[in-house]
Amino acid sequence: MKLTTKPFLKRTGQFALIVVALFSLLGVGDEDARFQYLGHHMMCVCSCGQVLLECNHVGCQYSDRMRIELAAALDRGENDDLTLQSFVQKYGPTVVAAPSTTGFGRVAWIMPFAALVAGMAGLVWIVRAWRMRPAPAIADGIQPLQGPELERYREQADKETDL
Amino acid sequence: MSQLSTTALPQIGSFALLLALALAAYSFLVGLFALILGGKDSDYLGETARRAGIAAFGAIVLASVALVTAAFSDDFGIAYIFHHSNRDLPGPYKFAVLWSGQEGSLLFWSLLLATYGFVLRLRYKTDPRLFAHASVVIAAVQVFFLLLLNFAAHPFAVLEGAIPPDGSGLNPLLQYPEMVIHPPMLYLGYVGFTVPFAFAFGALVMKYPGEKWIHITRRWTMVTWGFLTIGIFLGAHWAYSVLGWGGYWGWDPVENASLMPWLMGTAFLHSVMMQEKRGMLKTWNMWLVFGTFFLSILGTFLTRSGIISSVHAFAQSSIGTWFLVFLLIIFVTFGVFYILNFRYLRSEHKLESMISRESSFLFNNLLFVIACFTVLWGTFFPVISEWVQGNKVTVGAPFYNNVAVPIALILLLLTAIGPLLAWRRTSFESLKRNFMWPAAGALSIGVLMMILGVRPWKDIAYFYALMAAMLAVLVIFTVVSEFVRGGQVIQRHTGFSLPGSMLHLYHRNTRRYGGYIVHFGVAVVIIGILGTPFNREAEKEMGFGDKMNIGPYTLVCQSYTQDDNPNYSNEWAIINVFKGNQQITTMYPERRLYKASSQPQTIPRIHPTYAQDLFLVSDLYIVYEGRNEDTGRPIIKAHLNPMVPWIWTGLIVMIFGTITCLVPNAEPIRATVPARVQTAPAVGAGD
Repeated sequence: MKLTTKPFLKRTGQFALIVVALFSLLGVGDEDARFQYLGHHMMCVCSCGQVLLECNHVGCQYSDRMRIELAAALDRGENDDLTLQSFVQKYGPTVVAAPSTTGFGRVAWIMPFAALVAGMAGLVWIVRAWRMRPAPAIADGIQPLQGPELERYREQADKETDL
Repeated sequence: MSQLSTTALPQIGSFALLLALALAAYSFLVGLFALILGGKDSDYLGETARRAGIAAFGAIVLASVALVTAAFSDDFGIAYIFHHSNRDLPGPYKFAVLWSGQEGSLLFWSLLLATYGFVLRLRYKTDPRLFAHASVVIAAVQVFFLLLLNFAAHPFAVLEGAIPPDGSGLNPLLQYPEMVIHPPMLYLGYVGFTVPFAFAFGALVMKYPGEKWIHITRRWTMVTWGFLTIGIFLGAHWAYSVLGWGGYWGWDPVENASLMPWLMGTAFLHSVMMQEKRGMLKTWNMWLVFGTFFLSILGTFLTRSGIISSVHAFAQSSIGTWFLVFLLIIFVTFGVFYILNFRYLRSEHKLESMISRESSFLFNNLLFVIACFTVLWGTFFPVISEWVQGNKVTVGAPFYNNVAVPIALILLLLTAIGPLLAWRRTSFESLKRNFMWPAAGALSIGVLMMILGVRPWKDIAYFYALMAAMLAVLVIFTVVSEFVRGGQVIQRHTGFSLPGSMLHLYHRNTRRYGGYIVHFGVAVVIIGILGTPFNREAEKEMGFGDKMNIGPYTLVCQSYTQDDNPNYSNEWAIINVFKGNQQITTMYPERRLYKASSQPQTIPRIHPTYAQDLFLVSDLYIVYEGRNEDTGRPIIKAHLNPMVPWIWTGLIVMIFGTITCLVPNAEPIRATVPARVQTAPAVGAGD
């Protein structure tokens, strides 16, 4: 059986979509990965402004202790949310490196995508409005351009489409 | 008791600043009056305003020279010199004192603006009336900064009491060679956007006919954009080389402050082509150039007001209120003139097809602006959160990585597709024909990466890395294919060799092909960034002969040694690096203690490795973190950062591309070989 190009491309596209969706939905599994994940989602509270696992100050009063606490929480089998919550309770909300996905923190996550959707909608509206704009009517019996006038338009076309 | 400084420099500097303010105010007010008055007689008045603007440049140069001289002559009676210098500070850093602190950097801002204004006022004959408008706008901005310098952040304020024998010294983090060039580059970018804004605003006010103002400002904008690009990357390189955490971008508010005008300015650089070529997006461009300027000032406000905490920010001060008022004034002024004159900004053409260069620019602009909004939103969200719920939250890398990276990936896709689209309309067949091979190449790279072990399902970061690699390769392939296809067309017409034809192709439209080189550079930078998820690190207390493994390398501690000089004492480790049994290098990570400020500083060492692993290029990055307080043993931290050298290579390509954009076009040469009669493939077309 001869495989035509179009169904092949279509199937390949569908397969790629499924693979992408699958990859996106799969989560983080092992404990070391969780330690890395959570450690990169928390800030060191020593005012260095660095992510917990990236704080490199020798003698930092906080980062070593916080890492030990994080490892202990994972050993106790606490889930990610509970672990983060316990750190928030102890060190305050600024310990989490990103706004939460609940309450007002949700607004932080939604706004950029809301702006993107609004921007897309605005763009589509503008493009539609532009395309609807009437083109100048061409009267019957109009003669094709010749001579210098045609050259002028050719020059303009060159300017707009040059290599 | 107030005491005079050891020299007359504070008096000279203070006088020069006052004189500069008077001259800039004259240039602004009289220039404005001359424009309102109009007519022949006002030309003379306008000429005096222009000359006052030039003289203000001279006065600001004098003030800057006075401050630098004070640094070199260790005039610690001047508070600014006392706080940012010391006797044993090396010469280049004494020069850099000009931009190392709040007051000095405001003077430097003013100096650069005066320099831009000086050049602009000298070139006024290009279009005297438009230049007069632009000159007034620049003078207005100049007046604001000089008011700040004279009344809120005086760089020549003298210390009370006895003159200290030595200064407090420059912050150790700033004592690095890049600190001598990074801030000037960044400031040249920030300040430079005042010029295109001044012309745009002038054109709006005077309802300037045609697009000449865009032609006049094109080079200003590109040069400014180039400076800002260099400044941002040098900042990243400085963070990488000095801060010692193994990264180069931390989404810090001050880093974001430089990124925002860059994003907006990049959108403007693209969309302005639509106005030049098709007379479209006039309103949009006006707001983009205003937004870029506004964000430059906002960035300066962010860095100096203390509203947002950052390790990079200057000390908290009261000048934030000044900036807020200024931001409000420029917004209202621009808004009023826009409302009065917006009809002048009507588009001359309509969009003919969704598959066209115009629509790709529209989407490109939308994404740049959304990316800019995302960064702005993330930067200000802690403040908003505090207003709304009473407590601050942190908006760090996880937020930006999840929100900004997807937008950046779509932008990268557009960067690949955009050049393949022609102005007005492109047939789907043509797009498919031009896109097929680059897309196949990109897919092959994706498959190859997965075969080599990249598992995108393990972590979203790997997924992003895979997508970024494929899209970056797609950009590179489309750029190469554009050069090759265009070169082949020229070759058929002229009989030149393919490389010669490609060179001629570039010379015929330097801006377009220079732009493609910039795109190529961006793709190379992205390749450098996508190595991040594969970074490795290891940390160990290392005595003599101790070993630590990282990736394929073994680090062996040979010894530790100490040194001392007037500026700092230091201690460094001597680490031999082996791959297998073969020693590949010796590295000397260092830790310094600056005497004047009594502050420690790590100086990491970086060794790029080539063709040693799957990533082809990686940085071996070693930090001597100091000694464990309990055991007294030295602590060594090592990072293995794949692909990072590509980032700096990409910057060089981007800058090369920007410079090539500025080269004037060559005249087309006549065909010497008759073209065969056939349907020519669509070759992108246009800028």
